[in-house]
Amino acid sequence: MEKVINGTAVQVNDQGYLTDLNEWNKDVSIEIAKEEGITMTDEHWEVIAYLQDQYRNNVPLSIRGIKKSGVINIKDFYRLFPGGPLKKASKIAGIPKPVSCI
Amino acid sequence: MKNLLILGAGTAGTMMANHLRNELPKKEWTISIVDKRDTHYYQPGFLFLPFDIYKPKQIKKPISKFIPAGVEYVMEEVDRVVPDDNQVLLMNGNKLDYDILIVATGTNIAPAEIEGMEGPGWQKDIFDFYTYEGAKNLRDKLRDWEGGKLVVHIAEMPIKCPVAPLEFAFLADSYFTNKGMRDKVDITFVTPMDGAFTKPKATAALQHLLDDKNINIVPDFNIERVDNEKKMIVDYGDQEVPYDLLVTVPTNMGDALIERSGFGDDLNFVPTDKATLQTSVKDNIFAIGDATNVPASKAGSVAHFEAEILTENIKRYIKGEPLKDEFDGHSNCFIETGHGKAILIDFNYTHEPVEGTFPLPGVGPLKLLKETRMNHMGKMAFRWIYWNMLIKGKHIPFVSATMNEAGKQLEPEEVA
Repeated sequence: MEKVINGTAVQVNDQGYLTDLNEWNKDVSIEIAKEEGITMTDEHWEVIAYLQDQYRNNVPLSIRGIKKSGVINIKDFYRLFPGGPLKKASKIAGIPKPVSCI
Repeated sequence: MKNLLILGAGTAGTMMANHLRNELPKKEWTISIVDKRDTHYYQPGFLFLPFDIYKPKQIKKPISKFIPAGVEYVMEEVDRVVPDDNQVLLMNGNKLDYDILIVATGTNIAPAEIEGMEGPGWQKDIFDFYTYEGAKNLRDKLRDWEGGKLVVHIAEMPIKCPVAPLEFAFLADSYFTNKGMRDKVDITFVTPMDGAFTKPKATAALQHLLDDKNINIVPDFNIERVDNEKKMIVDYGDQEVPYDLLVTVPTNMGDALIERSGFGDDLNFVPTDKATLQTSVKDNIFAIGDATNVPASKAGSVAHFEAEILTENIKRYIKGEPLKDEFDGHSNCFIETGHGKAILIDFNYTHEPVEGTFPLPGVGPLKLLKETRMNHMGKMAFRWIYWNMLIKGKHIPFVSATMNEAGKQLEPEEVA
């Protein structure tokens, strides 16, 4: 479905995740973060860039992967994206919600 | 003579030994299978052992009983694989040469990955049920446990048999009800996932059952440590869940030999093509079952379906033909829900579990995603099928390697 975020029309799924990373930009990102109650800082952007990189390289996201990333430790990851950090950070990064293999 | 070598004589490895001995000419191919253990466990039985539903002798038999004539069983521990030399080095210093290697070394629990899990409470008030010893110790604990907070917990995904922890919670409800002490036990299910299951339709059905059975759920819980002293588990977001008895599924990891061989991922699983089961390590190395990193459930049914396709692909590889890229992630799981009932789910990489009938479209007799007594009887009958048909590589009537879309209430938009 289409959603207008900060004046830009983007395609999102029913949970509000962007379906095309190409439609992502910082303005859209800041708005999504606001909806999640998060104000973006340089620390946040660094994590977002890392997540997008991993996504482009087809690396599935996991807490274990973040731990090994060297970009951020898990405590800080929770501090920046309180609640469900992987889910929230993915949404702000414009990439799909991480799925756990079943 | 050429050598085909299988590492691991569990469910997947034993099935491959049986399939391939029937298919490969004895004059051209020797087949060997290596495993350090001498006991084959019926692993689905680990779920029932703690509740005294199965006795130990029903779930363990000698490995040698299931290795067919014409296959050599090497009872040794593997040090590592050297792909460049097409060789496997054993801990005893011997070397085994191979032309084709099949890695079927499964997955193990790794409680040391979580801080405090193997602390003073391990096997006292913190138990696993993914090992024979863990399940048996837990049985002894439950026999005279007086009640309190029972926490059933998943550390991180992926895990073997992802529905087993839920089944454990359901069976615990049934067990304590039958003992007349359900009111003394508070059951909480703690998971890193955002619900009872990852697929929406099954999650809805299972959440309903959790509510019915008065089982609490704590989702999105990424464990950081176990506090043995205060008896609680703590997640990275400082969320705390107290326990009197913690039944945990620790981090699952592939065998340490994969790490020693230098070709595993972060969790020692082997990078494997999800449709052909050829590894990306080298073209003469294949992998099957829990040992792979394919995005399917780590379960015996998956290994069974993979075995049919891998057997075909080994034959094609030998003939120099293109591999069949047909494995679709087909998985078929009974979910015990307690009180003599079970749910059956059937799904693959792209189709989530839905309602329907199985194995005969429109007929059944088993019903998908519905709680019935017949499904429970199916699960109980499965132990016989496992020992007598499945690991011997015999075809199970009406059940195909790839998922059957007939008889299922699929919605077109579910196709990813």
